[in-house]
Amino acid sequence: MPKTFDNTADYLVTEELRNVVNIAIALGRPLLIKGEPGTGKTMLAKAIADSLGLRLLVWNIKSTTKAQEGLYVYDTVQRLYDSQFGDHDVSDIKQYIKLGKLGEAFVSDEQVVLLIDEIDKADIEFPNDLLWELDVMNFYIPETKETIQARHRPIVVITSNAEKELPDAFLRRCIFHYIAFPDEEMMARIVRVHFPDLEKNLLAEALKAFYWLRGIGGLQKKPSTSELLDWIQALVVGGVPYQRITAEIPFLGVLLKKNQDFELVLRRLQTGGVQKAPTAFGAGRRG
Amino acid sequence: MKQIMFTGFFYALREEGVPVSLTEWMTLMEALNQGLAGASLRGFYHLARAVLVKSEAYYDRFDLAFCRYFEGVETSPELAEKVAKWLEKALPPLPVDPRQRRPFAPWDLEEMRRALEERLARQKEEHHGGSYWIGTGGTSPFGHSGYHPAGLRIGGESVNRSAVKVAAERRYRDFRTDETLSTRQFEIALRKLRALSQNVDAPKDELDVDATIDATCRNAGRLELIWGRPRKNVIKLILMIDSGGSMTPYSRLCGRLFNAASKVNHFKDIKFYYFHNCVYQTIFLDPFCRANASVPTEEVLRNAGSDYRLIIVGDASMAPSELLMVGGAIDWTAYNEEPGLTWLQRLAAHFPCAAWLNPIPKAYWPTTEGRDTISIIGQVFPMFELTVEGLEQAVKVLKTKR
Repeated sequence: MPKTFDNTADYLVTEELRNVVNIAIALGRPLLIKGEPGTGKTMLAKAIADSLGLRLLVWNIKSTTKAQEGLYVYDTVQRLYDSQFGDHDVSDIKQYIKLGKLGEAFVSDEQVVLLIDEIDKADIEFPNDLLWELDVMNFYIPETKETIQARHRPIVVITSNAEKELPDAFLRRCIFHYIAFPDEEMMARIVRVHFPDLEKNLLAEALKAFYWLRGIGGLQKKPSTSELLDWIQALVVGGVPYQRITAEIPFLGVLLKKNQDFELVLRRLQTGGVQKAPTAFGAGRRG
Repeated sequence: MKQIMFTGFFYALREEGVPVSLTEWMTLMEALNQGLAGASLRGFYHLARAVLVKSEAYYDRFDLAFCRYFEGVETSPELAEKVAKWLEKALPPLPVDPRQRRPFAPWDLEEMRRALEERLARQKEEHHGGSYWIGTGGTSPFGHSGYHPAGLRIGGESVNRSAVKVAAERRYRDFRTDETLSTRQFEIALRKLRALSQNVDAPKDELDVDATIDATCRNAGRLELIWGRPRKNVIKLILMIDSGGSMTPYSRLCGRLFNAASKVNHFKDIKFYYFHNCVYQTIFLDPFCRANASVPTEEVLRNAGSDYRLIIVGDASMAPSELLMVGGAIDWTAYNEEPGLTWLQRLAAHFPCAAWLNPIPKAYWPTTEGRDTISIIGQVFPMFELTVEGLEQAVKVLKTKR
């Protein structure tokens, strides 16, 4: 019976996402995950690892990351130093080959979950440079004349924030899923995980205001889950009565980070606000 | 015939504009053979979307194609309700040995639906197990918790949100961003426009292996590390874009180039200007070409050294008077004391590395309405069509001085 992925104690998946993860695992293809910030892209990999009882390896991508670093790095400078001052036997190059995260995943004794986080941060050619290795699950180290072959095909999860477009050849090999922003019902469950004792009315009003905000057209940065959680924290600490929440949206600065957005919302609040904008509200809920 | 019915979905997707490749289609077939779609259309919906669609921008088109192709395929509510009563007393799900799973046979949903209705008309009672009648367990194509390579699920899990209904909701309509797609190819082409140099202000943080070996040898084998500056692109670029009325059909194409140029982020400097049909004594800072957002063209020439590369994007199609006559500019308010051609020649003289990109396909240049001005301007600037290929050719010209 092949392993299948399902909900864990602290991660809720939709049926859609659960299916897609299991499809990717069954086909042995990398799973590419996109979605707004705060939709739990990175957390998904951890949840998969937890659910299947596997180890999680995280490769965080930065703008300077090279594909080669994920395979291995040959520390030439260290070897040069050792040849001068060290008492190591420098003829053994192996000790200067440091495996990267992908290399580590390949040599692991048991199957692992490999998260390649924010792949779009890297150079535009980066994904193409990994095509071969992700396809055939091996790579060659010329310095040691060694081929590193994956003992167990890792479950590869890749996240992207769509800052750059990814190459077609790369996309063709991936299983893709876009995590939609949670709807109000799902969001209520998520908030409950973080604030189990939250007053019911406060939650309802806060969510109403939050989805109204998200429904406003022309926001430069829509507030996401993490901002909502911070905001609810602020409402609780500030002791704001729930009746006031939709009328004035206290601590608006916690939700909106851009000046223009702030002013736009203030204007909307003065001309009716949450109560009088049912259409914008509805649009936001579609998520 | 049945096979054709199913590959029809592939063409439905292509028609809707979802860029599905054969590779991905074969992956889908492989997945179906492994039984990953389950036995429901909803499972198939998720599977097909995950395998075939690689951007949320195409989710909506996928939904449309799915709706169109599978419309009316699923069981109607009345039918489901009637059968649901029989299915209440369910057998435990039928365990299926993976080896026994038959490969996904080509199936015709229309035919299957007819068969179901027919069988329903003949079946008068509950039926569980077995391989023909509608019921739970068993291997009949109809029912739930059973196994059939292409069965229709009736009741059981997930009956309430059918795949076609999910598709029909078109929840991803907002993600259609046709404009931002396929800037990548332009980006790639623009990246080739580079001249690497170490003469830039950057920390010396790259090990110069050759110099290190040399210095270490001179040092009688005692290591001496030599660090150098990383090589950086020193190319500076000016992009002048025609935003005149005749350019409207090409605005998306030009938008892609603009997006690519501003995203590629590897030039030392990049400036954007706009003009209306032809460049005269003033040039504009935004596509609306208003006087309050403009600078004298002289000033651009003064401030930008001739090491800047110039790309002009325009259809080069205008009345010859706009190019050749004093006061010929299309805008009444912008009286030009020198003909447009003089200004273009001045630009070409100042920027030895320059190219003109024309969104009109090259094949039409000799016959299009603007053929006269295209030919005149083509003598001032090397002209290429605004395609990925044309841009690549232009980049070659821009890298080296004429």
